[in-house]
Amino acid sequence: MATTERPAPSIGQRKQRKEDPELITGASRYVDDISIPGMLWVYVVRSPFAHARINGIDLSEALAAPGVVAAYTGETLEMGPLVMAWPINDECKAPAHLPLTKDKARYVGDPVAVVVADSRVHAKDAAELVQVEWEPLPAVTDIKEALADGAPIVHEEYGTNDAGSWIMSRDSPAPIRNPSGPYFEDPDMVTIKEEYYLSRLIPNAMEPRGVVVDVNSSMGEYTVYSATQIPHILRTTLTITCGVPEAKLRVVAPDVGGGFGSKLEAYPEDAICLTIAKVLGRPVKWIEERSEGYVATLHGREMYQQIELASTKDGILKAVRVKLWASMGAHMRIITPGIPMLGAWLYAGCYDVEGYDFEYTNVFTNNTFTDAYRGAGRPEATYAIERAMDALARELGMDPVELRRKNFISDDKFPNYTIASGLTIDSANYAGTLEKCIGMLGYEKFRAEQKSRRESGSTKVLGVGFSTWLEMCGIAPSRVLAALKYIAGGWDAATVEFLPTGTVRVLTGVSPHGQGEVTTFSQIVADQLGVDFDDVEVLHGDTQIVPLGLDTYGSRGLSVGGVALWKAGEKIIEKARKIAAHELECAEEDLEFAGGDFTVKGTDRSANIKALGFSAWSAHNLPDGMEPGLTATHLYDPPNFSWPNGAHACVVEVDTETGSIDLLRYIAVDDCGVRINPMVVEGQVHGGVAQGIAEALFEEATYDSEGNLQHGTMTTYMLPGPPELPSFELDHTVTPSPTNPMGVKGVGEAGTIAAPPAVINAVVDALSHLGVTNVGRPATPERVWNAIQEARR
Amino acid sequence: MKRITVTVNGVTHEAEVEERELLVYFLREGLGLTGTNVGCDTSSCGTCTIHLDGESVKSCTLLAVQADGAEITTIEGLATNGELHPMQAAFQEHHGLQCGYCTPGMIMAATSLLKENPSPSEDDIRHGLEGNLCRCTGYHNIVKAVAAVANG
Repeated sequence: MATTERPAPSIGQRKQRKEDPELITGASRYVDDISIPGMLWVYVVRSPFAHARINGIDLSEALAAPGVVAAYTGETLEMGPLVMAWPINDECKAPAHLPLTKDKARYVGDPVAVVVADSRVHAKDAAELVQVEWEPLPAVTDIKEALADGAPIVHEEYGTNDAGSWIMSRDSPAPIRNPSGPYFEDPDMVTIKEEYYLSRLIPNAMEPRGVVVDVNSSMGEYTVYSATQIPHILRTTLTITCGVPEAKLRVVAPDVGGGFGSKLEAYPEDAICLTIAKVLGRPVKWIEERSEGYVATLHGREMYQQIELASTKDGILKAVRVKLWASMGAHMRIITPGIPMLGAWLYAGCYDVEGYDFEYTNVFTNNTFTDAYRGAGRPEATYAIERAMDALARELGMDPVELRRKNFISDDKFPNYTIASGLTIDSANYAGTLEKCIGMLGYEKFRAEQKSRRESGSTKVLGVGFSTWLEMCGIAPSRVLAALKYIAGGWDAATVEFLPTGTVRVLTGVSPHGQGEVTTFSQIVADQLGVDFDDVEVLHGDTQIVPLGLDTYGSRGLSVGGVALWKAGEKIIEKARKIAAHELECAEEDLEFAGGDFTVKGTDRSANIKALGFSAWSAHNLPDGMEPGLTATHLYDPPNFSWPNGAHACVVEVDTETGSIDLLRYIAVDDCGVRINPMVVEGQVHGGVAQGIAEALFEEATYDSEGNLQHGTMTTYMLPGPPELPSFELDHTVTPSPTNPMGVKGVGEAGTIAAPPAVINAVVDALSHLGVTNVGRPATPERVWNAIQEARR
Repeated sequence: MKRITVTVNGVTHEAEVEERELLVYFLREGLGLTGTNVGCDTSSCGTCTIHLDGESVKSCTLLAVQADGAEITTIEGLATNGELHPMQAAFQEHHGLQCGYCTPGMIMAATSLLKENPSPSEDDIRHGLEGNLCRCTGYHNIVKAVAAVANG
């Protein structure tokens, strides 16, 4: 029977999310919503000192407290070290990180003991009775001080806090086009050298972390419910740390309340809870308190940057040279040593340079460990180059927009242009996004307004800042990751199966926690296979239901997991075509597939894919030798990273008397390739930009000289609320990636990568007539005011 | 322990509670109403916002015993006869949520805001929700959703 009506295309539509009905009615299920009969509560005793030797731990009082079932130290709860998966080179120092430290505490919050009791309050009450005999040691929390002679040593076995360097010319598998040195020695070059400090940030997913472990003692099976972005990776790392069989360990990421990298981790608490459940044979639960999370959950960003640019006198950028010193905190967590490397190739931004050098040094300090925070390495790179481009424009007396236009990698270099740092960009439209952004801004009108405001002598001055950014996302191919010494691969997996009742079940190895892939993946399948959007069910986040996958991080959900899904769909169509040819008694080549129907060319004879799915399931009449079932799995390893880009502009008003900043406009023009659901894409940009603005203006985690976190609660760490942010002005261009059949790239980190330099460039631009050339971040009123006073002196 | 009587989403409950128990834990663990989430321990985030006698309050800021005799509405009680509250529908339509963790509190705060000010400006909405934090949306679409409900 011929079908003349085809389903409306789903890709590109602003489909409402399938995820929402539960989330807006309170029917959601986060880890803390899970209770298991007989469940015990775990409370972690943490170090109040940044650096202190443990001379003894007395658990007796805690053990005698009401409701207490057990209590352990690192000596009595047997576990292996937590997994560190990115030893960047032979220099990389990676001390064993035990879930419960035995010898000494290395940061405020370091877990030293645990109490297990019959209720949350009993566990917490008893934890206060654990007596630790501390011998406080001098602490070091500043990167530069940690490298100075005589600094307290975080890991004594090394005799230094220098955790090793990674030098691109030595360690990168991709050859640099030219070394940068000669350009900086050339007397005809204009050179600048800029130094920036990126403050330490705390990710603050709205849901604190949590773990529930269920035990099936008779089968030797364990189920770990964790607020994690990485159930599959966690299954593997927990197997290694806790010694349970991987095949009998099920990790479930139920509804997860945001991650931003903070739940991309092998944390002590997951291993502690699994081990306690194993020892006691009972279910256990640990829920992080927010203030606890400020010291117990990973931090991001903190580094010193030094960036040098060499340019011709008329503004042709020729070379970039970069050195970084990055804070690891007290431990190397799952990918801590490699985070700065994720930006290594991007410090020339979207500008076509010839010479390039990059190196970074990792440094141990007595702070909470750092690791991936939204953008990981790429916001740092974008910040350095975009700030430095403005500095170069000032040095040359050029307009910052003009300087950018002059240096973009031009459109005719694409597709697949190998940049000076050695990687190959798939496709981009740098000038296109900037021109669109400039048009939305009304650049000339703005400059005129800025000038008249200055001439009027007003204390409220205007500034505009730009960020023309790119990123590499997807964090694959696996072969490249291998060359960078990352232990795991970068592939992902999807399974598509037609169920006998006519619906399509999708299993995806990525683990969404707000990104909306249940919806967007349904759109992909609806279009590709010609089925109804509502007939697609996307399952994820449970290693028992979806055994294959490598989870969600690095803007890889669509560009790796989504493409895996597309490839599985291609296999489905291939098999369905064979069944259709068999049923319609024609050659496969005589069939055309559209809107779910295989039609014999030039006739009205057709078979619908759902009916073929049933045929495959019943297996009554399949071609000889064909396996029953219309199901396909594909593991996709991308041949390249994907390379989104964009142009952002920020307009601020700065009060020169108080240093306070009013963010008037934020314009974002992004190009993430083909957009599956524009509403979801825009949501990702909004949230990313908000975090980027906050990074530039509000957020920082500082420590006092004894290593105490000074922004250790939500009242002291300045998260932006609704009044602190404007509505955003968004537009886009679409430059498909040639790397994958859907032309998609990824968008999860775009805003966070782009926004910080746009904001700080705007603040500096506002004050440039006063001689201000730099404002530290976050640009608090105090820092802005001080920068103005300094420039006036 | 103290005995309290509270009406939650139209159902009256009598319960023995420990004096120090926070209202949010009584709702979540005592009554099994886990839609109300806990996002902090400093009354900063607003994730646990509910309506108590018609006013929006952070349920981590009150002890359960302080709710004795009160009428409470949680996110589970907002829809009527299976029909979403307009604010719930607007959050979905305008993509005012991503991970959904702040959403119950945000919706409860937003409905309360419109009760006090039925036609707020964008600025009124932003200031009206200043006690509620979201890390996913940048507030852009939350503000749009609330404005859409206000404008009918």
